[in-house]
Amino acid sequence: MAGLQDEVDVLRRISLFANIEPARLKLLAFTSDRVTFSAGQELFHEGDAGDAAYVIIDGAVDVLKDTDDGEQLLVTLKKNAFVGDIAILCDVPRTATVRAVERIETLKIRKEHFLRLLIEFPEMAVEVTRVLAQRLQKTTDDLTACREELSHTQGG
Amino acid sequence: MEPSLFTYIWRHSKADQIWTLIVVLVAMPLVFYAYELPKKIVNGPIAGGEGLDLPGAQKDFLKFEFSVPEWISETGTFTLYGGIPLDRFSYLYALCAAFLLLVCINGLFKYYINTYKGRVGERMLRRLRYSLLDRILRFPQSQFRRIQASQMATMIKDEVEPLGAFIGDAFVTPVFQGGLALVAMAFILAQNVILGCVALGVVLAQAVIIPRLRRRLLDLSRRRQLESRALAGRVGELVDGIQEIHVNDASNYERAEMASRLSRIFFIRYELFQRKFFIKFLNNFLAQFTPFLFYLVGGLAVIQGEMDLGSLVAVIAAYKDLPSPIRELINWDQSRLDVQIKYSQVIEQFESDNMIPPEMQEPVTETVPPLAGNVSASNLGVTDDTGATLLQRTTFNVPIEGQTAVVGLVNSGAESTSEVLAKLLLPTNGGIEIGGKDVKDMSESTLGRRLGYVGPDPYLTLASIRDNLLYGLRHVPLRDPEGETRTALELSESKRSANTLLDIDAEWVDYEAAGVSGREELDERIVEVLKTVDLAEDIFELGLRGSIDPASDPELAEQVLTARRELRGRLETLPLSELVEPFDPTKYNHHATLAENLLFGTAVGDEFAPEILASNAYFLEVLHATGLDKELFEMGREIARTVIELFSGLPEDHPFFEQLSFMDAEEMPEYEAVIARTAGLDVEKMKADDLTMLLKLPFAYIEPRHRLGLMTDDLEARLLEARTKFSADLPEDLADAIEFYEPEVYNAASSLQDNVLLGRVAYGIADAHSQVHAAIQAVLSELKLRDAVFEVGLNFSVGSGGKRLTSLQRQKLSLARALLKRPDLLIVNRAFASLNANNQDQMVARVLEAVKPADGKGGSGMFWVLQNPSSATHFDYALVFEDGTVAEKGKPNELNKSGSKLAEMIEQS
Repeated sequence: MAGLQDEVDVLRRISLFANIEPARLKLLAFTSDRVTFSAGQELFHEGDAGDAAYVIIDGAVDVLKDTDDGEQLLVTLKKNAFVGDIAILCDVPRTATVRAVERIETLKIRKEHFLRLLIEFPEMAVEVTRVLAQRLQKTTDDLTACREELSHTQGG
Repeated sequence: MEPSLFTYIWRHSKADQIWTLIVVLVAMPLVFYAYELPKKIVNGPIAGGEGLDLPGAQKDFLKFEFSVPEWISETGTFTLYGGIPLDRFSYLYALCAAFLLLVCINGLFKYYINTYKGRVGERMLRRLRYSLLDRILRFPQSQFRRIQASQMATMIKDEVEPLGAFIGDAFVTPVFQGGLALVAMAFILAQNVILGCVALGVVLAQAVIIPRLRRRLLDLSRRRQLESRALAGRVGELVDGIQEIHVNDASNYERAEMASRLSRIFFIRYELFQRKFFIKFLNNFLAQFTPFLFYLVGGLAVIQGEMDLGSLVAVIAAYKDLPSPIRELINWDQSRLDVQIKYSQVIEQFESDNMIPPEMQEPVTETVPPLAGNVSASNLGVTDDTGATLLQRTTFNVPIEGQTAVVGLVNSGAESTSEVLAKLLLPTNGGIEIGGKDVKDMSESTLGRRLGYVGPDPYLTLASIRDNLLYGLRHVPLRDPEGETRTALELSESKRSANTLLDIDAEWVDYEAAGVSGREELDERIVEVLKTVDLAEDIFELGLRGSIDPASDPELAEQVLTARRELRGRLETLPLSELVEPFDPTKYNHHATLAENLLFGTAVGDEFAPEILASNAYFLEVLHATGLDKELFEMGREIARTVIELFSGLPEDHPFFEQLSFMDAEEMPEYEAVIARTAGLDVEKMKADDLTMLLKLPFAYIEPRHRLGLMTDDLEARLLEARTKFSADLPEDLADAIEFYEPEVYNAASSLQDNVLLGRVAYGIADAHSQVHAAIQAVLSELKLRDAVFEVGLNFSVGSGGKRLTSLQRQKLSLARALLKRPDLLIVNRAFASLNANNQDQMVARVLEAVKPADGKGGSGMFWVLQNPSSATHFDYALVFEDGTVAEKGKPNELNKSGSKLAEMIEQS
């Protein structure tokens, strides 16, 4: 099994943690659990209470949303992705289901650890804000596109 | 109960008292003769008195002669037996032999009398304790609001204890010692009337003064008893209320309160001693005062020639025998007063006006006929002892076999009604009748067998879950036990102490009442009932976590081993192979700590407990012998360095510290110091404490969890060697301190579950524990072992008052117990308060379904005081209580309309 150093390397490749000094990342890795999921196992389910976020160290996950027509695949995330951050940042239930596509290795970061890091490293807080803003930007774009599409359909 | 102790003793031990007295009187002449004999030996053969110093002189041994008036015999003596003529030496031998014989006989008499008296005392004590216990069982419910359990315990156990010692002497001592005193007095009077009167005067003075001095003594000893009893009560409260003491920081208040009690007891006892010893002093003084008067008055009389010297000497000699019986009498009187006070103080507490009459609790062996008809209350009213009205003018009529929901706010009268129905509360007005018969006139055999009652706070006894379930089926012994459980002597002693003769070891379980034919069907029924109350799964889990003794149940142990093999078979394939690493003596287990890998067994007791393993002498010796101590010491330094490097600068309350399993935040500076101290040091030269601290770190190390990359194949191999050495060289005195993991042997120190698994669940795999648990369950089901595990769960001891179970489990168990006896009417009074509304509703539905009559078996009627009003819709009939009376009644569906009280309550719930 891979050691702490590999995990630190993975963490550094995630933009959110990029600006944090390596010693702290090692500490974060040390105090987090390494968790393996097998194919098809859920990391968490939409609507559950959130207590941790996951860094995907190896493998891929599907992010899914429950709709009236059944589950809808939003995106597939690969190695170095960071999932589950919304629920622990905003204290809301999980906004989507994340399921392992294949056998995956993750690093489970507890909510209170993550929040504490944000307080201690303003750079990280800025980074989180940036990432969230990017996501909002993308969501807004998508929404606009959807609206247009909708009005086309209705108009046409 | 008899108000006076003496009446009590006389009534129950007359024959014994008289017999003791007779034996004492018979033994007396022999005792006197034993005192006489030494004088005879010294004066006769030894000193050569009675003419024995003459050569060839002989003496008649065992000669019996009486002095008789001369008109019977001319010589003035009557010879019964002439005796055997013996010379001086033979006479000495004969007398010495006689002395030895008398000593033996007297000793045996004394032994007999003491044993006899002791036994009489113990019998009476047993009788008294039994009748006190019997009274507790017959106290009216209201009595229990004002008594403290620990006070009752101390009364029955301690306060009556001195009675046992006294009872044997109660009559013998005054009669016997009084008789001796009278004889001595008569003798003195016969010798000289004046001196006799002087002696009598002093004795009478004693008889007048001492009781006066004692009055205060009596008062003190009464107070001592009450204070000690109150102390016992407070100790009981201290234990029961320990949580409140902690959460209110009241421990110092309690200390002060206890200290003031102890102080009161101290001063009472101190004064008691002072007075007791003063009385003793006075007695001794008066005893010596009489001879003083004799010497003075008698001496003057002799000098003046009014009395001859011989008489004075005879009087003084006779007086020698007087003080000892008088002292005995005084002592006896002292303990008489003591125990009499104790007795009356105790029985006073066991008197009650409304004692349940014994016939209500008669053991009934026949089947009690079922109750039928209607449950009807007419003008029912209950007022409690503070005068508050709990229930007033309540009238209703429901069929006993019906399912009645009782709804109402807390203290609306619903609870009181159910308590009156179970005869736990007596009505002040009116009453409840079942089938035309008033509940308060029904015997406990009827109510206890035909009714079931589940209250809000059920009590469980310190016994297994099974015993608690069967508690409602054990009314009288029904079948004789296998073989003799009691000897004839045990039985006759029970009779003599008026104890019950019912045999606790007989078969008490009433299978018929449970509707089963025997033990096996009962077991099935128990499972069924536990499923109804949703407790079966909990008990199965208790069984899994429980342990068995493989020596007493080898069959189950063998089956568990089969389950282990079966599980191991499955562990070889995915996905289980990843989830569990079995304990294999030839392999290092990566998911167990390093120390666990070395021990490779379950520690029994404290010797090899994980926290102190690093200072265990034998363990360290093994490490040293294998050279591992150096390596592990380095590893410890490495871990400590890493941890310090990672965590340095973090405040102690940082959440990251919660994840640190090696050390506490406050230990870090200490570890820093140890690292500095031990740098470059040899293991042998290190301080033991430093070594212990450093060894603790690798001992707790698990590679997949801590991921510091410290384990190598070489280290693992060497650890395995150490493991082998550890078990091979284990000293004999430590053999019981550990149960090694052996794949083919049942591990008695581990739970059933751990025995099936015999391995570690892997770290870092999502959901591993529940998956493994499911696999274990599956194996047990396939091997049909669930019943056996369940049985182990049923044998789980619930702890004092059932405290090892949760309050919900206790309530469920209590309901299961009531269901098991298939009552004609099951009363549930606000049970399951800790369940949420939804689960309560499911519970109600399940229970109602279970008590419906089916397959020719009669069901049970229900009278359920609901916690959750909306569950009322499951029932046939509803009684809605408000302000201590029935406000609405009828079919719940018809009642549940807008504007009705029921609808309002459902709305608000």
